[in-house]
Amino acid sequence: MPKDGGIGDSTKRREDIRFLTGVGNYTDDINIAGQTYACFLRSDVAHGTINSIDTSAAEAMDGVVKIFTAADFAQAGGIPCGWQVTDRFGQPMQEPKHPILAEGKVRHVGDPIAVVVAETAEQARDAVEAIEVDIEELEPVLNMKDALADGATKVHDDLTSNLCYDWGFVEENREAVDQAIKSAHHVTTLELTNNRLVPNPMEPRVAVGQYSRANDEYTLYTTSQNPHVIRLLMGAFVLGIPEHKLRVVAPDVGGGFGSKIYHYAEEAFVTYAAKVVNRPVKWTSSRSEAFISDAHGRDHVTKIELAMDENHKFTAVRTDTYANMGAYLSTFAPSIPTWLHGTLMAGNYTTPLVYVNVKAVFTNTVPVDAYRGAGRPEATYQLERVIDKAAREIGMDPAELRRLNFIKPDQFPYQTPVAVMYDTGNYDATLDKALEMTDYANFESRAAESKARGKLRGYGLAHFIEACGIAPSNLVGQLGARAGLYESATVRVNATGSISVFTGSHSHGQGHETTFAQVVSEMIGIDVSLIDIVHGDTSKTPMGMGTYGSRSIAVGGSAMVRATEKIINKAKKIASHLLEASEADIELKDGQFSVAGTDKSVAWGDVTLAAYVPHNYPLESLEPGLEETAFYDPSNFTYPSGAYVCEVEVDPDTGKVDILGFTAADDFGNVINPMIVAGQVHGGVAQGIGQALLENTVYDENGQLLTGSFMDYAMPRASDVPSFSVDHSCQTPCTHNPLGVKGCGEAGAIGSPPAVVNAVIDALQRGGYNVDHIDMPVSPSRVWAAMQQG
Amino acid sequence: MTKITMTVNGKTRSGDAEGRTLLVQFLRDTLGLTGTHVGCDTSQCGACVVHVNGKAVKSCTMLAAEADGADVSTIEGQAAPDGTLNAIQQAFQDHHGLQCGFCTPGMVMSAAALLKDNPKPTETEIRHYLEGNICRCTGYHNIVKAIMAASGQDVGAIAAE
Repeated sequence: MPKDGGIGDSTKRREDIRFLTGVGNYTDDINIAGQTYACFLRSDVAHGTINSIDTSAAEAMDGVVKIFTAADFAQAGGIPCGWQVTDRFGQPMQEPKHPILAEGKVRHVGDPIAVVVAETAEQARDAVEAIEVDIEELEPVLNMKDALADGATKVHDDLTSNLCYDWGFVEENREAVDQAIKSAHHVTTLELTNNRLVPNPMEPRVAVGQYSRANDEYTLYTTSQNPHVIRLLMGAFVLGIPEHKLRVVAPDVGGGFGSKIYHYAEEAFVTYAAKVVNRPVKWTSSRSEAFISDAHGRDHVTKIELAMDENHKFTAVRTDTYANMGAYLSTFAPSIPTWLHGTLMAGNYTTPLVYVNVKAVFTNTVPVDAYRGAGRPEATYQLERVIDKAAREIGMDPAELRRLNFIKPDQFPYQTPVAVMYDTGNYDATLDKALEMTDYANFESRAAESKARGKLRGYGLAHFIEACGIAPSNLVGQLGARAGLYESATVRVNATGSISVFTGSHSHGQGHETTFAQVVSEMIGIDVSLIDIVHGDTSKTPMGMGTYGSRSIAVGGSAMVRATEKIINKAKKIASHLLEASEADIELKDGQFSVAGTDKSVAWGDVTLAAYVPHNYPLESLEPGLEETAFYDPSNFTYPSGAYVCEVEVDPDTGKVDILGFTAADDFGNVINPMIVAGQVHGGVAQGIGQALLENTVYDENGQLLTGSFMDYAMPRASDVPSFSVDHSCQTPCTHNPLGVKGCGEAGAIGSPPAVVNAVIDALQRGGYNVDHIDMPVSPSRVWAAMQQG
Repeated sequence: MTKITMTVNGKTRSGDAEGRTLLVQFLRDTLGLTGTHVGCDTSQCGACVVHVNGKAVKSCTMLAAEADGADVSTIEGQAAPDGTLNAIQQAFQDHHGLQCGFCTPGMVMSAAALLKDNPKPTETEIRHYLEGNICRCTGYHNIVKAIMAASGQDVGAIAAE
């Protein structure tokens, strides 16, 4: 049994109290005396040349403080991209400038052109309406394949084409994979799209800039998943502000899902403008504005081929993908369809040969970057869909085809053909668990029962693996990352024994304030209530890389463990002095230091007090105080995996899909707080169901976003999703981090889309419809249309 | 600007508002009650739900002037003066019914309105009632569970965790 508040305990979240009583501190809750309000004028056309901007009428309006255009940012840099991909010919990707405000051209609906700073938000909005912009419309570039045709209109005139890069991985295997496919016993081919999604955390983005003339210091309050990354990118590359003069605070943040990783123009704007107008500047995004200015996710068009031999063993996988970058390169955009996608194409399987080709394309749409899962859902979706199709083609149970090709427990560590080496896993165990939880053995009788009611029942399985805990810094550096990916923690023990942990990770719903405290409580043996977790302020925490890629406990938690180990080592030295015993004989248990084999002991509080009131203290050999910092750079990714099952019923008269049950059997390695882990899976699965059945980002032929609000973009509601069955009892702990943890934040969104679509196709096939594939979202109209064809 | 007076969480509060000022803006910006959130601009998300004269209202769809003289309660008024959470708030914590916390005030206020009208709702009734409250974090599972628990019903039927 886990200890109350220790590792493995479903400790209730302490952060809940402030959120449940309305005293959370989100960025939009911050109001600084004298603040002004910024409102952006955004392009209402997808592609055009700016002939003129006339701000004279707007400038004369009540309350207007100043109006900014690109001319005001002549000295500033563009918004930088944090990852450079090298193409398959050894050349760097094409990297266009991404100005803070449009310079001469607008490249997507929502591209910012000018900003009004005014006394009130309403005055700023009114004045934006009065700015006159003359834009000569150009043909919008929307379809990725058309964008690459000879003579296509270019999104960026200074680039050679709309191709960002043509990436091949593993390039040396290109020919071998081609041969393996040509000589295969059976090849299954599937063409599919991974639909463009809008992340839509419930809190829209907000940024408040403040400048202090007294000490030439800037402060930016922003809705970010990684305040230090923003400080580095914005300070060094955009505004030229050294780190010691720039503080970035990301207080309570209302969800992110990737969309709040990136450095956005609005952050640079308010920071810069605060100095120019010499007053704080606040910008709050509306939801409509979020739809056209937050980075979108996914948007891949893919052809996948799976080759197998006469024994149904996979011999090769080849993927051709077109990945939409949108109009500019968002912070980590180039890495998503490449290193976070290609390296997952071995899946859970022993496929010896893999080749992935990705053409990344500029279009006149909102930039696309990581969204929960980021590249890994795209990899999993293709692989798990094509395996299902292959099983049908060869007449084999899809679970058994997967099992036949699984990497087996005795094969770990397992070197895949796509660079990554899986440390641990047991895919048979999670598959068995999911089949058992869903009573797979009796599915046929349930299907018959549905059929008797005129419904088509389907069973969909997907097994997934992800690479999380990004990542060894030297490795990602070789792959093009322009940042390190370690994490940091400072553990400050106070004189009376309470502890403040300053972590570089950032919580925006994940519950770090609780789980991180559980780890320290377990290590030292003091009550969890004595431990506070501090995050989200560059003036408090050591330089950290923030939270994304399911990395917080695996990387940030490891840094905290290392710092706590240093604390314990020093505390033992102090205890050995107080107890007049050899340091080697000191044991720490339940907050007591004792001498092994004796009844002599001192309490945690005695030692911490001695550290700060060092009257009886080995000053000649030990510094006073008890505060330690650690930076942890992981030696490998972590590899969570799991088996997801969706059971659906399709109404053949309407094409409507009802989800009857959704089950997730995950292997996350060791689990710190089972309640929170289950909650992470629930949320991820709901987003995956949203992608599979409801959500889609639609542009019309003019590049207008048709799904630009919650009226038109189908966010999953409570009645769209079922209650979930989740399990994480299959645990193969990570071998290379001190907690043996793997990360759980994205799994749900990765494993669920193929499980849902596989279930729908299974239902249709069982109903006698020859339907092999329907693109997501599998809406009633698409299902019905497919049934008319099949 | 017009002077508007209303009872908020049992106290008389006044402030100036333009004709176009929304109730949610008045609560957040004029009265400083920032627990009520704005998550959209099309009255879809429900992060701004408060009670006006005992009924759940999306405070982004009501002008402040319309609430002149009304009895308004917000998330800030739900716990006891000593900080003790009410039954719904406590159930949300007990069952992990919130993650980032942004939709939570609206969820709690909607749940309170539901339980007032329907003290023992079924899971299906809860899910349909929450149609106007969007959560992106929890997948709703634990929100539904929390509301059932707050109504005194057994939540064993809703899958563990």
